[in-house]
Formats: sequence, C-alpha cells, structure tokens
Amino acid sequence: MEVGAGKVYRIAGPVVQATGLKSHMYDLVLVGEEGLMSEVIGIAGDKHVIQVYEDTAGVKPGEPVKETGAPLVAQLGPGILTSIYDGIQRPLPQLVEASGNFISRGLFVDGIDHKKKWEFTPVAKKGDKVEPGQTIGTVQEQLLIKHKIMMPPDKRGTIKEVHSGNFNVEDTICVLEDGTELPMIQYWPVRRARPSRSKEAPTIPLRTGQRVIDGFFSLAKGGTAAIPGGFGTGKTVMQQTLSKWSDVDIVVYVGCGERGNEMADLLHEFPELVDPRTDRPLMERSIVYANTSNMPVAAREASIYTGITTAEYYRDMGYDVMMTADSTSRWAEAMRELSSRLEEMPGEEGYPAYLGARLADFYERSGRVTTLEGTEGSISIVGAVSPPGGDFTEPVTQNTLRITKVFWALDSKLTQRRHFPSINWLDSYSLYDLALEPWFVENVSPDWNKNKRRAMEILQENAELEEIVMLVGSDALPEDQQLTLEVARMIINFWLAQSAFHPVDTFCPYKKQFDLLKAILQFRDHAFEALARGVPTDVILGTPSKDALAKVRLLEDYEPELAKVQAQMESEFKTMA
Amino acid sequence: MTKEYKTINEIKGPLLFVEKTEPVGYNELVEIRTEKGELKRGQVLDTSDQVVVVQVFEGTGGLGKESSVKFTGDVIKMPLSPDIIGRVLSGSGQPRDGGPPIVPDVSKDISGAAINPAAREKPRAFIQTGISTIDGTNTLVRGQKLPIFSGAGLPHNDVALQIARQAKALGEAESFAVVFCAMGITNEEAQHFMADFERTGALERAVVFLNLADDPAVERLLTPQLGLTTAEYLAFDLDMHVLVIYTDMTNYCEAMRQMGAAREEVPGRRGYPGYMYTTLAIQYERAGIITGKNGSITQFPILTMPGDDITHPIPDLSGYITEGQLIVSRELHRKGIYPPIDIRPSLSRLMNSGIGAGHTREDHRAVSDQLYAYYAEGCDLRGLVAIVGKEALSERDRLVLEFADAFEQKFVNQGRDEDRSIFDTLDIGWNLLQALPETMLTRIDDHLIKKYHPRYRKKE
Repeated sequence: MEVGAGKVYRIAGPVVQATGLKSHMYDLVLVGEEGLMSEVIGIAGDKHVIQVYEDTAGVKPGEPVKETGAPLVAQLGPGILTSIYDGIQRPLPQLVEASGNFISRGLFVDGIDHKKKWEFTPVAKKGDKVEPGQTIGTVQEQLLIKHKIMMPPDKRGTIKEVHSGNFNVEDTICVLEDGTELPMIQYWPVRRARPSRSKEAPTIPLRTGQRVIDGFFSLAKGGTAAIPGGFGTGKTVMQQTLSKWSDVDIVVYVGCGERGNEMADLLHEFPELVDPRTDRPLMERSIVYANTSNMPVAAREASIYTGITTAEYYRDMGYDVMMTADSTSRWAEAMRELSSRLEEMPGEEGYPAYLGARLADFYERSGRVTTLEGTEGSISIVGAVSPPGGDFTEPVTQNTLRITKVFWALDSKLTQRRHFPSINWLDSYSLYDLALEPWFVENVSPDWNKNKRRAMEILQENAELEEIVMLVGSDALPEDQQLTLEVARMIINFWLAQSAFHPVDTFCPYKKQFDLLKAILQFRDHAFEALARGVPTDVILGTPSKDALAKVRLLEDYEPELAKVQAQMESEFKTMA
Repeated sequence: MTKEYKTINEIKGPLLFVEKTEPVGYNELVEIRTEKGELKRGQVLDTSDQVVVVQVFEGTGGLGKESSVKFTGDVIKMPLSPDIIGRVLSGSGQPRDGGPPIVPDVSKDISGAAINPAAREKPRAFIQTGISTIDGTNTLVRGQKLPIFSGAGLPHNDVALQIARQAKALGEAESFAVVFCAMGITNEEAQHFMADFERTGALERAVVFLNLADDPAVERLLTPQLGLTTAEYLAFDLDMHVLVIYTDMTNYCEAMRQMGAAREEVPGRRGYPGYMYTTLAIQYERAGIITGKNGSITQFPILTMPGDDITHPIPDLSGYITEGQLIVSRELHRKGIYPPIDIRPSLSRLMNSGIGAGHTREDHRAVSDQLYAYYAEGCDLRGLVAIVGKEALSERDRLVLEFADAFEQKFVNQGRDEDRSIFDTLDIGWNLLQALPETMLTRIDDHLIKKYHPRYRKKE
C-alpha cells in the first residue's frame, strides 16, 4: 500500500511538517523510524502538515515519512461487535498483549481479527447482477445479530462465482465478472459519510420505555439529542438505561477524552449488563471506543469519526443504531488544541471558526435512511456536552443546541432530591414533537398529544405557584391552586419519576405510559368538578384512590388494577360531599 | 550526537533559537554551558531542518551568543533506584539535600505513556486518612485523584501534610511511599513541609521534589512529570502504594501560560494555552491501578483558586479530569475550624466503590447521606435565621440548625494530629444524629438504626 516517502522537516508537538510527499488531504502517513500513525491535515507549498496520533518525543527532522495512499480508514467486517477500541480503532485488549499496560508508540493492530474464520452463507448466486450496498451473503456474528456482507458502496457487477463455507475476513468470498475479488472486509475512510439512498423524515419515535422521555421529550429514530454532562447528574445511569431499553439493535459508545478510572469502570461494568429483552450480554450488540483524556489528542479528535463510521456500517445492514458520544466538549477541545498548533486564526474562546461546521457534519451523519439496498436503518445520536463552569452560553454547547433537536436537561438538583431520571421537565425540549404526533395518534391513542400538553400546562403552572408558595406558604393559596399543586405532585412522583432499578418500573410501554397519565388527569377533572360542587380540598386530597394510583406503575399486569382504581375513584368522588 | 554548537541566534525569555546541522529530536534533552562554565538544561520544543527552539529549565540568565549548546540525542529521563526514597531533589531532579547523585538501576522516560484503559483495575480499596470530612463523607480510594481546591491563605498545606502522615489502608501492613512535588511554593512553605516531614519521620518513606517560588518557572513544568515517573517506578516496579501530593497546580498552570506566551501561541481561555486540558490530564491520569500489579498511585493535587473562583479555568478543567474535589472553605477557616473542608461542594466520585460492608462499615453510606442532608439544610436555615430570627423557626428547624453547628464543631473540627479511625468518625456521626428524633432519620434503614444508633447500642 505504501506509495512513496518523504522526510520530516519540522516537529512541534503533535504537528509535523514533511517534505517530498504526494499524499492528499486526510491521507494516512507513517511518521519517523517508528512509523507513528498520522494524518495529512494541510498542504503548504512543498510541505505537508501532518497531525500525529501518538506522542512525537524523539522524532527528528530527516526521519522518513511513509505514505499509505489512503485516508484514515475503519476496518469493517464481522468481529466488530463486543470490541473495545481506542480512537483509531485499535482494540485495547490486543494493545495490552502487544505492548503491556501502557500504550507504547508505533503499534499497528487490526481493528478486526483477520485470522478468525466465519461461516459465510451466500444469498446472492452466480449470474446475479449486484448493485452497491447489496447483500451478497450473511455471517452469524453474534447469537442474535446477523451480519450482512454487502457490496462495497462503490462497486457493482455480475457475480461470476460466490463461495460458501468458513472464511477469514480477507479471503475472497465472491468474484465478479470483471475479475474483482471481494473479501468480507471493507475499508472506509472515517471522515466520509457512508452513502445511503435517501434520508427519511423523523416520524417514528425511538422507544426508550422512560416516561419522561417518551412522553414529554421523545427522540425520533435517527434523531439527535444533547445531554449536559455536569458533575453528579446521573448521566451514567441514564446512558446505561438508554442502552438497555431503547429499541435499537446496536449500541456504539464513544468515550472521548474522559477519565481513565471511569472508563475502567465502564469496561468492567458494560460486559456485565444483561440485555433485558434477550437475556444475553448487552456487550454482544455493543461497540465501545475508549480514548481517555491522556491518550493522544489527535486520536481523540478521530474517535468520533471512527465511531460514527462503524455505526453507519451497521445501519447499512438495516439495523437501528444508537451512538452515545461522551463527551463532545472534549472532542471540540481536541479540535481547538490542534487548531492552535496549526496557528489558525481562532474563533470564539479559542475554538476554531469551523467548530460549528464540524459539529454539524457529525450530527448530520445521524438519521433514518433507506439504505442503498432499499432496507431501512437508522442512527440516533446522544451527545453529552460538558460546559466549563456549567456555563451554557459557551460555544460548544451553543453550537450543539443549534443542531440537536432534543435537549434532556439533566438536573443535579433533582438528583439531590433523588428524583430519577433527573431530566428537568421545564428546561428540556424536543423539536420532534410535531413530527411524531401522527405516529402516537395512530399507534397509541388519539388523545396522546392532548394529554401530554395538559400535563405540561399543569407542571408549568405548578412552577409558577411554587414560587409564590416559597414566599407565602401553600395555605395562603386559593383552593383550586392547591389542587393544581397536588396534581402536579402526582404527575412528578407517580409518572415522571421512574426507578431504573425496579424490575417492572424500569421499562414502561407506551400504552401504560398513556393509561397512567390519563388516570392522573381523570383525577384532576374529578377533583375540580368536586371543588366546584363545594367539596373542601382536604376531603378531595384525602381520597384513598389517589394513593392507590401511586402503586399501579409497579405492576407488570397493571390494567386490572388500574381499572379497579379508576372505578374506586369514580365512586369516591360520586359520594363525596 | 555530542557535537556542541555555538550558534544561538536569538534568546527570548526562556527560549533559545539555535541553528544547527545535525537533526535534533523533538522533546530531546539539551545541555547548555554558559561562557563561565555553568551548566543548564533544556528541552527541544520545536525542531526543523534549520532552527531548533529550546526551552531552558534553569532560566536564560547568563546565556549569550557565545554559550555552547549540546544536544544529547535522548529525551529527558529520570534516573531511578530504590535509594531514591528519602531523597530531596530539585524541581528538575538534581540532588538538593547535599547527597550524591542517584545511581540509576533504570532510567525512565518522563513523558509518561497512557495507561491502557483495558489494563486498568477499578479502584475500590478504602484509604483511611484519619480526617472525618474525608473518610466519612468524601471517602478516598486507592488509585483515585482527589484534588484540594483552596484559596490563598488557607491551611491546605496542613491538610495535605496531615493526609501524608496518616493515610493508610485498613488492617494491612503494606509498603507505602509519598512523593511530594512542590511547584513554585515559597521558601517558608517549603521549610514548613520539610520540618514536618523530619519531625514525623515521614521523610524516610518520601521522595521530595522542590521547585521554589524563585526557581525558574520553566523548571516547574518538569516537576510533576519527574515526580509521577518516580511514583510509577515505586508503584509498578517496586509494588508500593504511592501517594503523590503536588502543590500548587496553579503555579504549574501559570508556568504553562508563561511558556505559551513566550512561544507566541494562540491563547485560550484567560490566556491559558489551549492544550492545558490535555497537559493536566496527562499528569492527573497517571493515577490508578493496573491489573495484576500490587502497587497503586493515588494523587492529591492542591490548587489555590484565584479569587476563590471555582469557575476559573484551572479548577474547572481539573474538576473535569479528577474524580471529585475537596473544597477548603474560607468561612469555616474564619470560624476557627480545622480542617476547614466544606463537605457541601466537595465530592468523591469513587466513594461508593470503597465504602460499605467489606470495606468500611455497612452503615457508612446511609450515615454519610443523612449527615450531609441535615448539614446542608442547617446551612440554608442560617440564611433564614438572619432574616426572620431564631424564634420564628419551627421546632424541627431549630433542631436542624443546632445540628449543623454541632456538626462543624464535633465532626468537621479536629486536631492537626488527631488520627480518627473510620469507626470513630461514623460514631461521631451517630452521636450527632442522636440529637434528632428517630423519625427524622429518613435516609437510614430501620435495621441500621437498630444496630448502630447509640440509643440501642447502650442497651447491649
């Protein structure tokens, strides 16, 4: 693959200049005697500007720079699932084997095992005309995940021969009439989005089973969401809950510039999580990228692209993929650092002027698509932002919020009150609301959106009333407002709060979400009707059915109990005087 | 590679611009000799075919165009042997105690490779510091990096010293060492540290790196790297549990800014370089435990927040890398409480993995949560009392208010040499909670109350 070589001219930190190269922008080159993985990021006169993914200490001018003639690519094929990678898709456990406990330089390890044999079952046959992205055959990658071996997005032809049997990823499994030999493995440049036939509108919700998300701030399949990753906001539990319960097939987690001990925790814990729907380890459908804050900054910058490329590959097989990027602020800081080494003109707070464009490019790789083959797949992105000093006006947060459609405002005050999930219902928003409404009307209930808006109005009113209560106490409020406070409390405690550790409550289907909220709103209507009749508030608030309602969400088969509670409520209010 | 050059063509601040003919490696160690024969050391910051930029650790004073520059062909390495324990070294690793140079068993590259996350062990071993506000409510575990955020004029150094003296694992006699890195501290402070180390015999198991306020700022950039390389040697080659204390990270970051300005870099927030996050991360992330190794590195960085401002870039970026923080409070200090650690904004992110049955005691989490909750509430009530007066409080509120005062006096406050066991700490907590009616102990399970509440224990 090596096509030429040049010489190092200048070294300053992770940025190297070299002469005598013919490489193009973003081509991968190997710098120095040790062959450090690097990428061309600029060309000025006869010099190439190169960012090195590893530490450059000791590299001298005059050392060779080898060209590879190709950009930074991800290796795509069976064997990606269950892997734990660094930012440039080197499997970390294999790096331990190769270089010990510390990551040393100049190591190259394949992203997927090139020796392992997989059983390939063709679906295309001799004489078939195959188009880009079309499935040639399948491999059972994990017990429950079938890996489609597809035509590379830039190749088409007629199949001359196709083999079945056990092969490693480099073996030829298919030959085209024009003589092209196809192995299972594909190489794809990480900075380029993999093509699809068309992008679809975000009209299907991503079911998470979390009432506050599905009910209030739903994410569409193929949508983007941002969460602030402040101190102690319950981000980790939230991410694990999403990974466990969302109706996606594949989970890609990118730990970008985070703490080593935290990653160690994740790497120990993630493999132990069990997929509640299949009882199989969650890891079997996951891919983890761990590029901690002390690993080279250029690899941190690349990790987001490597992650999204693997996500796209599984999307192309027709799977629904969720990618979590934690944290995009660290990614932006990597960009800033490299930009300042390149002596670029800084934008706001030293970030490069192209920060917004890069963030947009990344989030735009999400989406629900019709693949080249005509199936449907999606990538939903949940990006964490860590605003310095908790200041949401800083550039990374602002640029992110401009692009992402959903914001789940994790609130440490709620965490302290032990209210989980700690998503603040006043600050959060979802811009998919309108697009998703028809789906909920058709698939859950015509009243879904109406009830949601009513609940939201009550919470909004509650927030205003609480301010008054702080000043004068709740006894000073008129009776109807006291009722509103109580109904809001029911929505917050019986509906928004949800225990991730309760076996039943951890996942709540749409129908149950709807029924529970409906029952609370029924209580509200009854209560106000009773109040109009002249029933005193303490009598209304003392109804036993109110407390019975609190327990319904903890039942698996909740419907009979809910019907009973509702009937009880009817009769209690009827006899109330 | 021993060629000497006399081709300095520019000196600017701590930087030398040298013309040369041989290729010089990035980060290479450089020896510079003044005309008077004085030896200085430096490091290559930028190297190209014609010009090399060198930063001089001992300052460029006395250097001129006639000074000679020798490129050693090697990156900076720290000479290491078991004899290093008990030594006092300068901020650039030279003997400062009048002793002989270290005869190395091994020399290690100081830049420090990243620990592979897949090779890391999850930190979970409890360290007892003997300080209630740490052990009880912000527990330290082995392999953690827990900074002390302080302000000018507060007794953070005393706290650090007390931790260095008292830190131990429960029930085990294991080899234990302290690496102490001082960056830009005053001579007086340094003497205070040294006197304490000598008084308590701590020096026998410590390695001290001293860069004082009047030592060159550039040297400071080297000090933590040397200290952490030493710590890695002690921990992963000699199987010791190492506690690294460095003070003051603010001086270190100032030095970084100074160098950035001298190199005419594009500044980031408040003039600090854009790579400050990565540079800090490289130091802090050298804490940890490696699977299959017996040793560990635990870090206690101390930093003074300029203007007590926690959103300043130095504490802010640190907080995103470290696993929590201990906040030294001016308010508590003014009240005469030592150690003035305010538990409300303090946090230990790894606390949960190091406490409870099997680590400390089963009631630890619950007691800590309960103390925390009423102390926070009591502090809030003080604000209210200032407006409406104590008489306007309900009975419950008055109890909580009194609890908060007692908490500061009995739990937070302790002697500089008082080494409380974790069980003492928890019992002090219980004694304070005893003043509240049992129905108010909502965060504690009934069976724990029955087992540990003083009221029930006395009956036994």
